[in-house]
Formats: sequence, structure tokens, C-alpha cells
Amino acid sequence: MTNDELLRQLYDLTLVGNGPAVLELTTTGLTAGLGPETLLYEALIPALEEVGARFERGDFFVPEMLIAGKAMAGALDVLRPLLAETGAESIGTVVMGTVKGDVHDIGKNLVNIMFEGAGFKVIDLGVQVPPERFVEAIVEHRPDIVGFSAFLTTTMPMFKANINALNKAGLRDQVAVMVGGAPVTQEYADVVGADGYASDASAAVVRAKELIAARRAAVSA
Amino acid sequence: METVLRSATRDVVIGPGQPFCVIGERINPTGRRIFQEQLRAGDLSRIEIDVAQQIEGGAMVLDVNMGAPLADEAELMVAAVKLIQSRTDLPLCLDSSIVEVLEAGLASYQGKALVNSVTAEDERLDAILPLVARYGAAVIGLPNDEEEIPADPRRRLELAAKIIDTATGKYHIPISDILIDPLAMPIGADTEVVLRTLETLDLLRSEYGVNTTLGASNVSFGMPDRTAIVAAFLPMASAAGLTSAIMDARSPDLVRAVRACDLLLNRDEWGGRWIAAHRAAQARQTGA
Repeated sequence: MTNDELLRQLYDLTLVGNGPAVLELTTTGLTAGLGPETLLYEALIPALEEVGARFERGDFFVPEMLIAGKAMAGALDVLRPLLAETGAESIGTVVMGTVKGDVHDIGKNLVNIMFEGAGFKVIDLGVQVPPERFVEAIVEHRPDIVGFSAFLTTTMPMFKANINALNKAGLRDQVAVMVGGAPVTQEYADVVGADGYASDASAAVVRAKELIAARRAAVSA
Repeated sequence: METVLRSATRDVVIGPGQPFCVIGERINPTGRRIFQEQLRAGDLSRIEIDVAQQIEGGAMVLDVNMGAPLADEAELMVAAVKLIQSRTDLPLCLDSSIVEVLEAGLASYQGKALVNSVTAEDERLDAILPLVARYGAAVIGLPNDEEEIPADPRRRLELAAKIIDTATGKYHIPISDILIDPLAMPIGADTEVVLRTLETLDLLRSEYGVNTTLGASNVSFGMPDRTAIVAAFLPMASAAGLTSAIMDARSPDLVRAVRACDLLLNRDEWGGRWIAAHRAAQARQTGA
């Protein structure tokens, strides 16, 4: 198998979410001398981008998105330590949690899987996360993005409380805030002062990449 | 056990020997952008269409949720309750996670409403159950607490027990006025979730015999051909003991599925209602 064939096959297997085969082929690729960045940027990430695009078009469905994300995450477990050695710029780090008062996590978990699938490092704080816990995690992990999830109209106001806590801790400028959840809308995200909103897991990744690109461009300018 | 809901002039009875109770889910702005904008502008005209379509489809109770972000939900709930009660005599299910909205809805409602919902969290129980008791309403209990939405049916049963014990013991609400939601989750996120829902239903029936309800559309979230999935789910759940569902009452496939369940599970003696519905549909076609 040539390297091109291997990358093509890795792309195809990731697209259909065949976790064990993706893991095996990733290892094969590394043994054959392909670099971790090549495997990541020329097979795995394009496959997940295609998954996202198909989901947006209505050609792919939630379970397909989930298994593709999990297959990719499995390969990343192998690649991440190697990528760290090469000093490659990380795609981004996300701190994520369901807000205080809310125990709903299906949507948040889907978003996490798509973030991991896109190559992000995800720190999941779980459910019922109080503002001070978000603050601590941002101090500790220095993420590019912090994501607040809420499923109830009663818990959505925690977005504002969390943002206030970031302001108070002097962290608001250091991180982009994204919000989401069933009742959340773009207007609501704007009103509470979030930087980004997305209506589904795939769109959340696209929006996060935009926010990170904008921030990195601003820093280097 | 039978749960009676009332409007000013009509009773609807939920129970294992009764026709499966179809609670129409449609009066809800979640995910409906245009409807949200209309509600924010105080325009309730869409509600009248939703009411008419759900009655036409076979709804027996109507769920009313006014949770549009950035709108005055309590004010909308009062206006919606008044409007809907002027258009139909079906009982209503008042749906909000905000206590003040439930209270405003109950205060303006004529009859005995169903409150959607209370969880097993102490704070929620002590905020919502007194309202249910004061207004003589019925209530839906969701078996999740401050920590989690449990996956294990046994844990769901424990939390249901907590809701039932608190409602009956502390607030003197009759157990017949409590519906427990066995929690229907999206099958697309985990293909074991419906098995857990069915097991919870079975446990609730054998341990308490309480009436039950759930949001049927949740099950098919993220999947193609959603109606077919829900149309398969409702009969399974009905056979496991489910006595009502918050569902798309406009869908003939779904409503026919639960009416066929009534026949198949011996809740429609000699198939009288099934045959009558067939004749009524025939007459409408001939008349049209």
C-alpha cells in the first residue's frame, strides 16, 4: 500500500466510523514512516470535516457523527503525544460544561465528541458546573474556548452569571465564550455577551475554529 | 389508577384501562424561530392554528410551553391559556421550568390542569408541589435530581419514589394526580436508551401503578424517518405500561398507532372506537 492509498483508506474508515480499523491503520501509517501531522491533517481531520458537512446537509445522522468522532478520538490518543513532541501548533483547547442547576448532558457530550474529532483538546467539567469551577478550569488549562451548555429556560441565565464571573476574575479577554443548548438562540447568545453560538455539534466546531482563527490573527497582527 | 384532568366543561381520564391519552406537543416555541419572534412581539395567532390542527389530529390534552428566550414567559403563558381555553374545551398541560410561569398559568386556568413538570430536586419539589396542591392540579414527575439524569431504571424508580412520597406525604397530593415520566432519550445518541425507558415503565407499573407520560419525539432526535421510529416506540411503551404521551398529535401515523394499541391491548371493547374512527374518516372523505 502506498502512503497515498493508506491516507485515502484512513480517510474512508474514519468517515464511516470504524474505530478499530482507524486505530490499526494509524499505527500502520506511523510504522511506515508517515508523520503524525500528515495522518492528522491529510486524513483524519478532512474526514471529520466531511462528516460535519454531510451532517449539515442532512446526509449524515447523529449516530454516524458519533462513531466517526469516536474513531478519530481513538486515533488521536495515539497521535497526541507524538504531536506534542514535534511542537505542532495545537488546534485548540476547549473547556466545556453544563451550567449550574442543569444536569442535561447529551447535547454537550455530542459537541465534545465533535470537538475531539476535529483535533481539539477537550476538558469536560461535566454537569452542574458552577461559575467558580469554570474560572478555575480556565486558569488551569488556558483554553481557547469555554463552552456553556444549558437545556432549560431556567438555567440559560447562568450563561450571563458565568460571563460575569470571568469578567470579575479578569479572564474574559483570554478566552472565547461559546453557548448552546436546546432553548438557546443566536439572539440570546448576543444578549448575554457570548462570542459564539451554534445550533448543533458540527456547526459548533466550525464556529470555534473561526473564533480561534480570529483571535490568533489579532494576536499576531 | 385513574388521573382526571379537567377544563371548565370537560373531563379527560388517564389510566391503564382508558384510551391512551394523546397530549399534543405542538404549542412550544423551542426550535421554531418564526413562532419565537411572533411570541416576542405578542402575536399569538400561530397558537390558534396549532390548537386547531392538534384537535383535528386527535389530541385529548394540549401541552402549552411559552419558553421563547427573551420574552415575558409568564405573561405569554397567561395570554395563551386564556386564548386556548376560549377556543377549545380540552384540558391543558402547563409546561415550564420556571415556577412563576407555572403559577401564573395555574392562576388563569379554568379546571384541573396538568403541571409539566417537577424533578426530584428538593428545591423544585418544595417550590412546585405546593402550587399543585393549592390549585388542585395534577403533576408530571421527572426522575432526575441535582446530580444526574440516571441511566439505571432502578435509580429512576428511587427518584420517582422520592417525588411520590414528597407529593403525597408532605403536600397531600393524591398519588392518582401524579404522572411519572420514565425519561425517553434520543436513540441516536445511545441505542440502549429505549430499553431503559421500557424497563422503567415496567417497574413503575409493578411497584406503584401510577400513570405515566413522556416526550415521545425525543426518542427519534437526530435520526432520519423520525415518525416511523416514534410510531414503533409508542406501541412498545404502551404495552410496557405507558398511559399517555406528549407527542405530535397532528401525525395520523402516530395517532393511529396509539389507537391501534388501545384495540390490541384490550382498551377498546369490540373495537368500537377503532371502527367508529374509520367510519368518521370515510364520511369525511365522502363529504369532501
